Amino acid sequence: MWRKVVLALIILILAGGIAFFVFKSEPRLNSNFESSHSFFKKFPFRLGLDLSGGSHLIYKADVSALKGAEVSASMEALRDVIERRVNLFGVSEPVVQVQESGFALGGDEKLIVDLPGVTDVEKATEMIGQTPLLEFKTERPADSPQEVKIGADGKAVLDLSSQFVNTELTGRYLKKATLEFDANTREPKVGLQFDDTGTKLFAQITKANVGKMVAIYLDGSPISTPVVREEITGGQASISGNFTPTEAKLLVGRLNSGALPVPISLLSRQTIGATLGDSAMNAGVKATIIGFLFVALFLILWYRLPGLIASISLLIFISIMLALFKLIPVTLTAAGIAGFIISIGIAVDANVLIFERVKEELRSGRTIVDAISFGFSRAWLSIRDSNISNIITAIILFWFGTSLIKGFALTLGMGVLVSMFSAITITRVFLGAISFIGESRVARFLFSSGLSK
Amino acid sequence: MFIIKYKKIFLGLSVFLVLLSLSSLFIFGVKVGIDFKGGALTEVVYKTERPEQLFLNQKLESLNFGSMLLQPTGELGYIVKSRDLNEAEHNLLLKSLALDGKNSLTEVSFNSIGPSVGRELTKKAIVAMILVSLAIILFIAFAFRKVSRPVSSWKYGFIAIVTLLHDVIIPAGLFVMLSHYYGAEMDTLFVVAVLTILGLSVSDTIVIFDRIRENLKNVSGMNKINFSEIVGHSVEQSYVRSISTSLTVILVLLALVFFGPVTTKYFALMLTAGMFFGTYSSIFLASPLLVLIEEWQNRKK
Repeated sequence: MWRKVVLALIILILAGGIAFFVFKSEPRLNSNFESSHSFFKKFPFRLGLDLSGGSHLIYKADVSALKGAEVSASMEALRDVIERRVNLFGVSEPVVQVQESGFALGGDEKLIVDLPGVTDVEKATEMIGQTPLLEFKTERPADSPQEVKIGADGKAVLDLSSQFVNTELTGRYLKKATLEFDANTREPKVGLQFDDTGTKLFAQITKANVGKMVAIYLDGSPISTPVVREEITGGQASISGNFTPTEAKLLVGRLNSGALPVPISLLSRQTIGATLGDSAMNAGVKATIIGFLFVALFLILWYRLPGLIASISLLIFISIMLALFKLIPVTLTAAGIAGFIISIGIAVDANVLIFERVKEELRSGRTIVDAISFGFSRAWLSIRDSNISNIITAIILFWFGTSLIKGFALTLGMGVLVSMFSAITITRVFLGAISFIGESRVARFLFSSGLSK
Repeated sequence: MFIIKYKKIFLGLSVFLVLLSLSSLFIFGVKVGIDFKGGALTEVVYKTERPEQLFLNQKLESLNFGSMLLQPTGELGYIVKSRDLNEAEHNLLLKSLALDGKNSLTEVSFNSIGPSVGRELTKKAIVAMILVSLAIILFIAFAFRKVSRPVSSWKYGFIAIVTLLHDVIIPAGLFVMLSHYYGAEMDTLFVVAVLTILGLSVSDTIVIFDRIRENLKNVSGMNKINFSEIVGHSVEQSYVRSISTSLTVILVLLALVFFGPVTTKYFALMLTAGMFFGTYSSIFLASPLLVLIEEWQNRKK
């Protein structure tokens, strides 16, 4: 008897802890979010693009020139390249994924890029398609005119860029870049290895410019201006530009990502403005709350005391689901919220089946305690069978779906699984804990349902 | 039990609704959304005043993007439907809509889907539908393997599939009407709705059949039992829980229809209909059919 009450209390405390976690880690609910412990900041809800606003781009990768075995490796390389580029322009939590053509379905190899918060896609697509521009420039011949600007402090400033002229050597002729450290100063350097054409060009340039500066430009700005000491024929160069190790590493990554392994073209794009995302989010939250209230009201009116307990275990179910969304994390979309809301409706199904059984057992003259225990064991089969079909649907939808369908399938499937646990275990413990109310007429009234007295 | 007694009336009602849905499907046809056929959808909201539709139509025609459809939305907005657009075309469209900058607007959403993506999604949707249907049929065969007398278990499965079709066809018919009168388009969510209804419908039918199965097991002496009485009795015992379980789902779905995001409105409405007719069919269609089949069996003997 007391064991059951203690167990019920433990569940309540645990559930309270989960609800507290969800509350504390959600900036919209917790007004002191900024000052709260960093642990809670690690678990925000991950919102899909239709809720947060942003852009969803689908690229087609042209793999027609590749052999079958090379395709998947090239697609991975492509993904890495694009991911690096996307990361470079500071989008928070970009998602870059390869969608393989898949058996039986055919279709193209695709790359899907999600950019939350980015609605100016023109700029984004430009940057994704862009190769970092590495240029080698040589000193301007001494007799040509130079531009002089008057700086803010009144002194004449020689514009650095006007001092150099373009050469043919660019990052296009780069074979690979590596991260190196200077043997003496331990400073990070970026080592360059040119391909055959690049090696020849580099040899020409260095030969013609011994004793002069060669400027290395990245994306239009000079990063290093070493002085050539002698002709270099091995096709190797290194840039030491006062890098921090991180910067050097990033540059190596960018240079190596230079050329895309396979050509890509934009197939489709979707942009959702932030306001639209916001209103969808608010509507989703509102529908969840109202949906829960409807169900709780129905349960309490129709099933009385067990209904109240089912409502409490439904609240616990919701807390567990929200916590799982944060911890796994599940990317929430409008369809995903719909799946979650439907799972709230399905979650109480098991309870309804149990309560109807309990009512039957009560009618056949059993005591409340017996009726509860029989009700649970007899309802189990139909609970199991009726949930299996939903789980089957969810699994297949998840397997074959696009990201939109996946969100729905995942929340629905998780909801059904978690609900089987919460409806059966939690409700059972609570019902067991209050069985001390005895066999009075009031007690039997509280355990009846519907219109009966 | 009156359901068994008046089974022909209920069966007739179901047949009528299914025929109505099928004929509306053939008469109105389905509007396929850009998810499947490719195309672009641009939604803009004007800051102060939206231009006349006729005027804007002329403006858009001069772009030569093929056929375009302009629909007013909200107080100050328009939705433009066209073929899929690349970045340059998209910018031209926005410029035209803004009357070359004279009437400032914000772009709420832009969605451009290439035709090949649409074709692929169509394939995917069909594969998913076939797989879900197969899996559900296998599951039904598994769930009813133990019930075999006096009606063999594959007949339970057959009836479950008939009710399944019933539960999917009627909401689909409803959707066709919505699409005809309110411009709803068949998109990915439509497919998800159909598949979800499949899952929900079976689970509802199983609750009732499970009861019949249990009651049949309890009756000893196979020759004496009155099958239709047992079915009627089982329905009587379980219709309250069948309605209750569906009602909780319908309640949350209604919350989704009336308060939820715009994008899932038709989706939720379709599921509500699916849930409603799923419950109706498990009580008023599946059980009467079971009795009818048994009666035919006896007549043959």
